[in-house]
Amino acid sequence: MTIAEKKTQRFQGKRHRLDRPELLAPAGNLEKLKFAVHYGADAVYIGGQKYGLRSNADNFSFEEMKEGVEFAARYGAKVFVATNIYAHNEDIDGLEEYLRKLEEVGIAAIIAADPAIIETAQRVAPKLEVHLSTQQSTLNWQAVQFWKDEGLPRVVLARETSFQEIAEIKKHVDIEIEAFIHGAMCSSFSGRCVLSNHFTDRDSNRGGCCQSCRWKYDLFVDDMPLYSEDEDKFTMGSKDLCMIEYLPELIEVGVDSFKIEGRMKSIHYVATVVNVYRQAIDAYFADPEQFELKQEWVEEINKAANRPLNTGFFLDTPGAEDHIYEAEEKAAPYDFAGVVLEYDDQTGFAVVQQRNHFKLGQEVEFVGPKGTFFKQTVSEMTDRDGAALEAARHPLQQIRIRTLKPVHPMDMMRKKTGGK
Amino acid sequence: MMDKPELLATAASLEELERLMAAGADAFVIGEAKYGMRLAGEFDIGMIAEAVKLAKPKGVRIYAAMNNLMGNEILESLSGYIAALSEAGVDAIVFGDPAVLMAARVHAPGMALHWNAEMTSTNYVTANYWGRRGATRYVLARELNMEQVAETTSNTELEVQVQVHGMTNIYHSKRSLVGSYMDHQEEPDRLPNLDKERGLYVMEAERKDERYPIFEDKNGTHMMSSDDICMIENLHELLEAGVYSLKIEGIMKSVAYNETVIRAYRQAIDAYIADPAGYEFQDEWLEAIQAVQDPNRELSYGFFFKEQVY
Repeated sequence: MTIAEKKTQRFQGKRHRLDRPELLAPAGNLEKLKFAVHYGADAVYIGGQKYGLRSNADNFSFEEMKEGVEFAARYGAKVFVATNIYAHNEDIDGLEEYLRKLEEVGIAAIIAADPAIIETAQRVAPKLEVHLSTQQSTLNWQAVQFWKDEGLPRVVLARETSFQEIAEIKKHVDIEIEAFIHGAMCSSFSGRCVLSNHFTDRDSNRGGCCQSCRWKYDLFVDDMPLYSEDEDKFTMGSKDLCMIEYLPELIEVGVDSFKIEGRMKSIHYVATVVNVYRQAIDAYFADPEQFELKQEWVEEINKAANRPLNTGFFLDTPGAEDHIYEAEEKAAPYDFAGVVLEYDDQTGFAVVQQRNHFKLGQEVEFVGPKGTFFKQTVSEMTDRDGAALEAARHPLQQIRIRTLKPVHPMDMMRKKTGGK
Repeated sequence: MMDKPELLATAASLEELERLMAAGADAFVIGEAKYGMRLAGEFDIGMIAEAVKLAKPKGVRIYAAMNNLMGNEILESLSGYIAALSEAGVDAIVFGDPAVLMAARVHAPGMALHWNAEMTSTNYVTANYWGRRGATRYVLARELNMEQVAETTSNTELEVQVQVHGMTNIYHSKRSLVGSYMDHQEEPDRLPNLDKERGLYVMEAERKDERYPIFEDKNGTHMMSSDDICMIENLHELLEAGVYSLKIEGIMKSVAYNETVIRAYRQAIDAYIADPAGYEFQDEWLEAIQAVQDPNRELSYGFFFKEQVY
């Protein structure tokens, strides 16, 4: 099929509005992918070995992608691959083969910013959808129309667009709009920052970002310092985005895909955040009129948060209160302690794989998809062979714990940070 | 016989434009912050028309900057502005947002279009992509090395523009970051003016010799490089590589400084054109620039000879 035919087929008379918004989650590796999908993501985005902007993430081989696609398919979920670098000449070699391979292993879409990658994908891997990355900093409807005319079914808007601007874009162009709703943010226009290149010779637009915007700087005017010794220093570091309180507005403005940031984040983070947004979206569609924000959702989000949260550019341009001038403390008061592998109805014991130290007498929480949740104290604990244990000290050790209520494989166990 | 390369300058005023023309500039990028990004000065449409009148008789070209990151609110005025630029007789429009390309196709058909998205113009496939959609020139990112520049020129029919001198933008945010910081310090009125003339810069604890200018305008907060690119010693390498346009970025520099720099590059280019085979770099060209260079800002090769990782 030619690109033109593909375009026609995709756009003829078809309204590009999904029935309900897609919840799109990051997955830094295969295990995270499985948790994101199990906890309710409609789609996940991952990075491959090349062309992605997280060169430090552990990234997927084609074999792992295939397994991820098969796992996701069982839940009716899709897998996207971020190919969102701005390529240099030497990256062009091998691009065709890489994109064909993505198509072959069943990837549904790539997320791309560089026209070199967009065009190559359309030519050599026509079954791959191409979604325009936020790295293109698309802010206006005319530009969105341009990308639609170029055959792209979806645009991820710049993180600088407000509710009002999104509404305007949706009014003018019939196309899927994806927006970041949760997670860390570039404080610059995405892609318009080469601080890492200048400070550390690492190419930020090819995955080398070293987060220089979060460093502290001395600010001067005419060689006079604009701070005193005891004052906070200048920085560009932003608080993290969290739109859980504005879900109805996001749905009503017509955002088609709700994107969570964080391919470098933990399983606990991804599963917790996905779990909350899944419940909130489902609750809204079950009864839009009666929808109310549940305080427990906000509490759950805060248990995984790495930084203070805000609403980005959705309501207004961020100001002083939206940046982090103080020393960054770990905001999340909870740690991932273990993951449930099995549960025995007869004995009431679960087998938990250790992910962080915990011990007898410690208060823990069990969390599962659809908001299942309970707290308990660790009262009985043995190793796999039944030998009593005082503490779970070894990473990935399998431990039997009596649980207060039935649990399921892939439920998570967490504990308060620092509680030893 | 190669096309004569172009020495491209910026100007903060009509007066600077005249002086830099006299110093040897072949072309200028000018415009206003409403449409263009990080310009040396403000030229409204009347001044642009005036600039064209000054430049045309001397064979000097005027390019209008429209390479902002654009929001919906600007779209309505694009067609009128582009038509006015066309009417004023500008030689090209510099764009970075596809919205400008779409409007130019309709309101200024035949107008030369320069693709300039700054740090994201990084390869020849993308150059040719924009070429097929109407761009006549590809402005390369400053973060590329000599080899990447040469490989791009040999793989595209488009004119290639490279910045050879001056400061570069290294960070651009829509946020008011200096203003927010002053609010955080509870001194919101301490710096009523945060523009590029204000002399604001930041320093990082482990790089105490580097001063990174920072300023705000209607497009947000901009942080600039602590050094100035200076490629005059290696100009012939760029010319041999087939680079057509050599840009001197004059933002945040005095007219006298820019005049000296333009003169030096003019001499180097003319010497090269006159006899490419026998061309020899003259130390005095560089010395003239060094004599006017701010001692707090190093002259560097930018990324031309750097190895980057990721």
